Amino acid sequence: MRILVNGEATEVNAANIAAALDELSYEGEALATALNGQFVARELRQETALQAGDQLEILAPMQGG
Amino acid sequence: MQLYGEEIGSRLLLGTAQYPSPQILAEAVKASGTEIITVSLRREGVDGAGTGFWQLIKELGVKVLPNTAGCHTAKEAVTTAQMAREVFGTNWIKLEVIGHSDNLQPDVFGLVEAARVLSDEGFQVFPYTTDDLVVGEKLLEAGCEVLMPWGAPIGSGQGLRNPDALRAMRAHFPNVPLIVDAGIGRPSDACMAMELGMDAVLLNTAVAKAGDPALMGAAMAQAIKAGRQGFAAQMMERRDMAVPSTPILGMAVFD
Repeated sequence: MRILVNGEATEVNAANIAAALDELSYEGEALATALNGQFVARELRQETALQAGDQLEILAPMQGG
Repeated sequence: MQLYGEEIGSRLLLGTAQYPSPQILAEAVKASGTEIITVSLRREGVDGAGTGFWQLIKELGVKVLPNTAGCHTAKEAVTTAQMAREVFGTNWIKLEVIGHSDNLQPDVFGLVEAARVLSDEGFQVFPYTTDDLVVGEKLLEAGCEVLMPWGAPIGSGQGLRNPDALRAMRAHFPNVPLIVDAGIGRPSDACMAMELGMDAVLLNTAVAKAGDPALMGAAMAQAIKAGRQGFAAQMMERRDMAVPSTPILGMAVFD
C-alpha cells in the first residue's frame, strides 16, 4: 500500500509502524514516530496498524537553537 | 541558579545550530562552559544523520533542552514535544509556537495553550515568549516555572530592543527564573541582560556565526558573569550632572 513517509509517497508492505521502520531500513535508536499528527510511542509501534494514505513522520535529533 | 529543581552553574544556554562543523560546535560548547544546550527534531532519512548528531551531543556531557522550533500551532508543538521527550529522555522542553513568519514572534495564545497541555503531561516547559507581563502570568498559571522572554527577533542579533519591558518582568516576577532567549548579538547585549537582573541568557547565532565561535563562546560566558556580578553588586544610579569623584577638600590654592 502507499503511505506518506516524511511527506514522500512510499510503497510499503508493512502492516504496522515497527514493521515499516524495518522495511525502510531505519536502524537508529534515536527515532520518534507520529502517525497522522499523533505521537506514537516506541512501545506502541508494533500494535499501531498502517492504512493506505496514512502520514507517517519519522524524526531524529538535529541541531537546534 | 535552579531550573525545575536542577542546580545549574552556568548562566549561558547555547544553541547547537549553524556552526561551521560539528568539531567547532564541540569546541564552542566547551569554551562557553555552558551546561545546557538546545537541540531539535527533524525528519530523518535512512542515512541515520540524526543518530550521528545525537552521539556527538551525548559525548559533550551537558544537559539537553529540546525545542519545538518551527511549530506554528499548539498541536504541532505538543506532538513535537512528545516525540522529543522519547528521543532525548528529558521532560524539559523549550516551547516555541511561532506566530509570524517574518519576525518569528511567538503566538502567545497557542503558547499558553500548549504549555498547559504539556505541563499536565509532566513536561517542564521553558516557554519562548514575548516580554508581556500578562502572558507571563498566564504561562505561570499554565504550569511553567521558567519564562524565556525575547530580546529581539530570533537570529537578528539586534540585542535588547525593549530593556524597560525586561526590567518590568524582573520586578513583576521576582522569584521566577527569567532567561532572555533570542536576539543577542554581542557580548555587551548578554551583559546588559544580566545587569537587568535576568537569570540567564540563551543564544545561538551570535556564537555560531562569529568568526571564531569558540572564542565568542568564551566571551559570552565572561560577559554574562560580569553582568550578573554587576546586578548582584547593585549598580549606582545615573546622574544628570557631573559629580567629582576626587575629593575637593584639601585642594591646593595656586593663585
